Order: sequence, then C-alpha cells, then structure tokens
Amino acid sequence: MVHFTKWKIALVVLVCVAGLWCAWPNLLSRDTAAALPEWLPVPEQINLGLDLRGGSHLLLEVETGVVIQELMEALVDTARAELRQARIRYTGLGADGASVRVTIMEPGRLDEAVKLLRDADADTAVSVDGDRITLTMTDAAIADRQRSAVAKTVEIVRRRIDETGVREPTIVPQGDDRVLVQLPGIDDPEQMKRLLGKTAKMAFHLADDQTPVAEALAGRVPPGSMLLPLDSQREGRGQQQRIVVQKRVVVSGEHLIDAQPTFDQQNNMPIVSFRFDTVGAKRFGDATSKNVGRRLAIVLDGRVISAPVIRDAILGGSGIITGDFTVEESNELSLLLRAGALPAPLRILEERSVGPELGADSITAGEVAGVVGLVVVAIFMVVAYGFFGVLADLALLFNIVLIVAALSVLQATLTLPGIAGIVLTIGMAVDANVLVFERIREEVRAGRTPISAIDTGYSRATTTIIDSNLTTLIAVTVLYVFGSGPIQGFAVTLALGILTSLFTAIMLTRMWVVLWLRRTRPKVIPI
Amino acid sequence: MRGISFVPANTHIPFMAARRVFLAASAGLVIASLALFAVRGLNYGIDFVGGILIEVQTQGPADLPDLRTRLSGLGLGEIALQEFGEPNEILIRIQKQEGGEEAQQQAMEAVKAELGSTVEYRRTELVGPKVSKELFWSGVEAVAFALVAMLVYIWFRFEWQFGLGAVIALAHDIISTIGVFALLGLEFNLSTVAAILTIAGYSINDTVVVYDRVRENLRKYKTMPLPALFDGAINETLSRTTMTSMTTLFALLALYLLGGEVIRGFSFAMIWGIVVGTYSSICIAVPLLIYMNLRPSGGGGEAAVTAPAEKAS
Repeated sequence: MVHFTKWKIALVVLVCVAGLWCAWPNLLSRDTAAALPEWLPVPEQINLGLDLRGGSHLLLEVETGVVIQELMEALVDTARAELRQARIRYTGLGADGASVRVTIMEPGRLDEAVKLLRDADADTAVSVDGDRITLTMTDAAIADRQRSAVAKTVEIVRRRIDETGVREPTIVPQGDDRVLVQLPGIDDPEQMKRLLGKTAKMAFHLADDQTPVAEALAGRVPPGSMLLPLDSQREGRGQQQRIVVQKRVVVSGEHLIDAQPTFDQQNNMPIVSFRFDTVGAKRFGDATSKNVGRRLAIVLDGRVISAPVIRDAILGGSGIITGDFTVEESNELSLLLRAGALPAPLRILEERSVGPELGADSITAGEVAGVVGLVVVAIFMVVAYGFFGVLADLALLFNIVLIVAALSVLQATLTLPGIAGIVLTIGMAVDANVLVFERIREEVRAGRTPISAIDTGYSRATTTIIDSNLTTLIAVTVLYVFGSGPIQGFAVTLALGILTSLFTAIMLTRMWVVLWLRRTRPKVIPI
Repeated sequence: MRGISFVPANTHIPFMAARRVFLAASAGLVIASLALFAVRGLNYGIDFVGGILIEVQTQGPADLPDLRTRLSGLGLGEIALQEFGEPNEILIRIQKQEGGEEAQQQAMEAVKAELGSTVEYRRTELVGPKVSKELFWSGVEAVAFALVAMLVYIWFRFEWQFGLGAVIALAHDIISTIGVFALLGLEFNLSTVAAILTIAGYSINDTVVVYDRVRENLRKYKTMPLPALFDGAINETLSRTTMTSMTTLFALLALYLLGGEVIRGFSFAMIWGIVVGTYSSICIAVPLLIYMNLRPSGGGGEAAVTAPAEKAS
C-alpha cells in the first residue's frame, strides 16, 4: 500500500494537469476564449444548451404521406402513358392510398398489360385479380423515398436557415420522418416557422383564357385545367380572386438558379428578380414567344402570386415577379426560391424557446447553488474528518475541474439539468471518500496500526465503491438512452461525475494519503 | 486535525426488532401512494399531455385577474396562470387543443397576439399530441428498464435475494415519490422522471453499500443469527449512510433554495427521494432479506438459523 508505484503517480499527475489545462479556457469570457491562438492545444469552452444560452428548438415532421401520394400520381401517369401507347383499352385508373388500380377492358390482352406495367417501374409489385391490376410500391421503395425526402428536407431547411444568417444552427434527422432544428440565439422563432412552413414549390403555368372563372366556379373545369386562388402574399387585401390555369407546367422552380429581392424601376415597388438555368431559360423563352398577350401565372404552393400578361418573348432566362409585395415579403420569397422547395410540407410537433435572459438567470442561479453547495459540503467534510476532510475537499475541487474538462473535450451540451447534475455530484462525490474514511476509522478502532488501517480501509472500501457506483451508472445510462435533450445533458454530467469521483477517490486522495504516510509516518491517524 | 463523528462509533440500534413496524409503515405508504395516484392522479406537465407553456415577464407586478380575463376570452379551454418566483413573472399553461399539431400553433399565435409586446417572453414551450404521448411512454420505459438493469446487475454481483430486495426497496421509493407528487399536486414532467431515475440510482447506491457489508459479514460470521448480523451491518455503515445523505441533502437544498424556479420541482423530488431512499435502504431492503432464503445450506441448517432469529426479534 505504501508502494504507490511511480507510473501510477505519473498517471494521476498527468490526468490532473490535463484536466486543469482543458478546463481553464472556461474561466475566460466567450470572446477572449474564441481569440485564443489556434496552436494552443486547449479545447473549446463548454457547449451551452439552448436552455442556458437562449434559443429555439423545433421538432418537425416531414409529411411523407404527401411524397407517397405524389409517387402514386406519377405512377398513374406512367400507367396511362404505357397503356395508351400499346392501345390497350382500360377503365377506372386511379391511385388509392399506396397503390394504383386499373381495370383492363380487353380480356385477351390482360397478360400483355401486366407485362407492360411490370416493366415500367422496377419498384412496384403487380398483382392481378380478374381483369383488375393493382400496382403497389414495395416497402423497401417506400422507405427509400421517405429517407431521401427527409434527407432532402434537411438540406433545404439548412439552406433556408443559413440564408437568414443564424449562427451555428443544428439540423439533424430524427427517426424515420423527423427533423430536429436548434437555433441558438433565436428566442422568437416566428420568422423561422414562417420560412419552414412553406413548401415553396414554384411553377409557371399559362392561364386558361378559354374557361371563364364563373364556369369553373360552377364546377365545370376542363380536364387539363385547374382553378387556383389568385392572391398577393398578404391575406385580406381586396376580395379573394381566382384564376383558371392550365395544369401543364411551363417551367418549374427546379430550373431557378437565383432569385433576388429588388425594386421596380418605374414605381419603386418591391419585386423579385430571378434567373433560370439553360433548360429553364429555353422553355421560358419558347413559351413566352408563342404566347404573347396571354397571362402567365406564377404559382407558389398552389396559390397564384401574380399573373402578368406576357408583353413580349423573354429570352434571356431571367425575369421578375411582381405581386404587390412588402419589402419583407419579397425578401422572404426570394429566399425561399433560392433555397429550393421542400419535398413535402413540414409540421411542427414540438417547439421550445428560451429567452437569453432566462438562460443567463439559470446559469447564475446554478452557479450560486453550486458554490454554496460546494462550500457547505466542504465545511462539513472538514468538520467530520479533519485533515482527511481537507484532502477530500481538494479532491472534490479536482473532481469539478475534471468534469468541466471532460465536458469541454467531449463538447457535450451543458443544460440546466446538467448544472443540477454537477451540484448533485458535489453532494455525492464525497461518498467514495466517506466510505474509505469510515472504513479506516473502523479499522483503527479494531486496533490496527495506521498503515495497516489505511491499507485495509482502501482495499475493503474499493469493491463497495465500485459496486455502488456501477449501479448508479446503470441508472444514468438508461437516463441517457431514453431521455431527450436536457435530460440527456443531466445524464452526461452525472455519469462524468461518477467516473471522475471514482478517479479522485480511488487514485487521487489515495495517492495523497500514501505520500503523506510516507513522509510523516504517523503513530495515530487524525481521522 | 481530527474530525468529529456525527454518529457515535459503536451504535447498536436494533433496526431488525422494529422491522414489522417499518414494513407495515412502508406498505401503508405504498398503498396510500397508489390510492392517491388512482384517485387524484398526477398533475402532468405539457411534456406528457401536450399543450402550451409560456413564461412571461411583465413591466411591474402582473395583474393576474386582468390577464386571466383576457386570455380566457380566447376560447382555448383551460388556462392556468401562476406567479413564478417573482411577482412580475407569470407562468401560463394552456391545455392541449383539439385538432392536432396545427391547432396548438394557432393557440400559441392567439395568445401571443393577445399579450402582444406588453410582456417579455422568457420561455415558450409547445408540445403536440403526438410527441407528448411518445415522451410519456419513453419515460415509463426508462424507469422500467432501469429497474430491470439494476436488478440484473445486483443479481450477478450478489445473489438473487439481494437483487429482489433492492428492487422492492426501489419500487417503494419510486411509488412513494409518485404519491407525494399526487398528494401535493406538483407538476409531473420529464425532469420529474429524470429525478426519479436519479433517486433510483442514489437509493440503490445506498442499498448496495449496506448489502456489501451484509455479504461481508455473512462470510465472516457463518453462524450468527441473521437479524443480529443485519443489525450489525446496518450499524457499521450507519455513519457513512448518514454522512453521504447529509452532504447530498446539503447540495440539493442549495439547489432547491438558490437554483432558480425552473428546477425547483426537480430538486424537491430529489430531496424527497434522498430521504426516502436512505430510509428504504436500511429499513426495507435489509429486513426483506430475512424473508428470503439467504443461507440455503441444506434444509436443517436453515431452520436452525432462522428459528432463533425469529425469537430474538
């Protein structure tokens, strides 16, 4: 026991020095710490959770049902095209949930139709019931599309948020159809919610001038057309107008390569100017040159933003969108167009925002509670164990330093419950030392010499310490696995606290005690 | 510099003699807790039932009646207003709205429109019906899974009797904590579950320390009657149990009194848990071992050991 090997001493010293080195930047202000030279091998400061620094947390659900529905509609189109080309007569073609049905009217050509449809799309399963054919997407294909929809959503959401200049947002997929967005510093997420609430699918359609709106309102919309609301971005400006447009898309938003808010030279109204890629520019040029004098509807998420009359061919691949916008609206619209369309609408499942002041208050309260707790526990330990209590207190300080260092190195997020975890650790961390000290007292009472009492005390207490801490660690691990956000933060600090207190009790104070024994060779242990 | 023992060195408190009183009292506590839970239920926070929580700061002391009238005029169902720490800090709770996620958003917008910029928003939370249901079940899962995991660990490290005894004591702690929450109508939310799991961790930590000594003494004194042996183990570790409970309570009291309003419920749950957890380690977990076949050294031997033990108590 009095032989605390040299390499063990070296290891303990190394851990302590590394801990101090990794923890000290947290004493600096944020700006000073950020300005530390790159070559200094210190980790960044502790990563504060949104509940401490203020910010918003949004859990979004990608409505993947819409993606599947669109897939089914595309499948209907494919089936129609295939059957028409082969001149097979059919009826009742339509999508129904996650499958497409069609009834073949020429019984002799059923097999031919099945073969055609089977070859048309590799991702579908084809089943036949009498003269009716059912096409179903395979589960794998559906899962695949959902995954890519979520991946695409993450990308678009990131682009939209980046455009607004929010620093260090976190955008990560969660589960099958969810996206978690964390926005530090944004405590009022209304603008973000507005940005994320729009799918921003844009397309240019020609107006259907043959069908009067009154006809369409009465339910007589020709098969190739649709009736859409015509509005400015703002609701309630004038009465609701409607317009009939052709279903066929002239150019879709995918071909946009840029969109910028700007002002109309003549009346100084906010407008959005845009530019197409080559394919888009060609289609736009063709359509405008053939349809001078007709109206061109600009459709965003099923609503017509504006429907200007085409005055002459627009060949350069760029144009403008006017629409009675405010400056803010034109900014937002151009941002949405630049970032691209979401594959499906998003729904907000959970929203939590904390103002920066509450976060700062929480940090202060946590620090005060921590310091007061620390002082009280420290005094208590000294009163109870005298000199050994002082050693335990020093170990407790190192314990906290090591927790801070570990949090900094791991860049784990410190949350308010996390601070609670540290305060709780302060109370519980001394337990290991208490176990050892009580055991030493017992051994002394049993009449052992100082060296032997300390030796037995440590070796007997160590198994207890490990057993009791490992069971706690199990509870904490479960907390981490099943918990979310702040709770996980609590679990992390508590787990680190348990590990570091194991280290400080079994290694650090033990080393001090051994070194002290060696130097002083006491006759009586002051405990 | 020598320390002071807060617990005398050689205590001989006959815990086992009073074991029937402890077990009866705890059975009563558990039954009362379950009854309270069944009758009054828990005051679930929005984490588990969905809804909206808004913490605002008003300029000057808040006019609660006025706020209440204005907000109830919005037709959003039950709205609870509560002073939160300071007279100018108000917590507004709005029940889950019928009609899915969008309805929650609209309710939040309506409230913000009504309050406008006369108040400062310190915190807003909105949990939709889908997520709240998931959070609830993952909380239940977490507690159940933690219990099983700890049972298994102790079973491996000790004997099955110890594992069972520890888990019964744990269940006692958890159920009575739920009972206290039901009795006082305290908000039961995600952080309460975290507190409960931490209580579980602490309580089992405490239990393991006493069990460790029981195991050690079982090896040392092979013929000592079990009640005397258990009393010995408890008394030998009593000083440590008291010390650790005290330091932990000090830290938690600091957190409860100074840690701010947001974690007050959390620290309250923990304080209760430390008290009940310490009690259960000594007065439930160990006495339970008497009723389990701890020295299975053949039929006769066991009878010989337990029979005098019963008389001794």
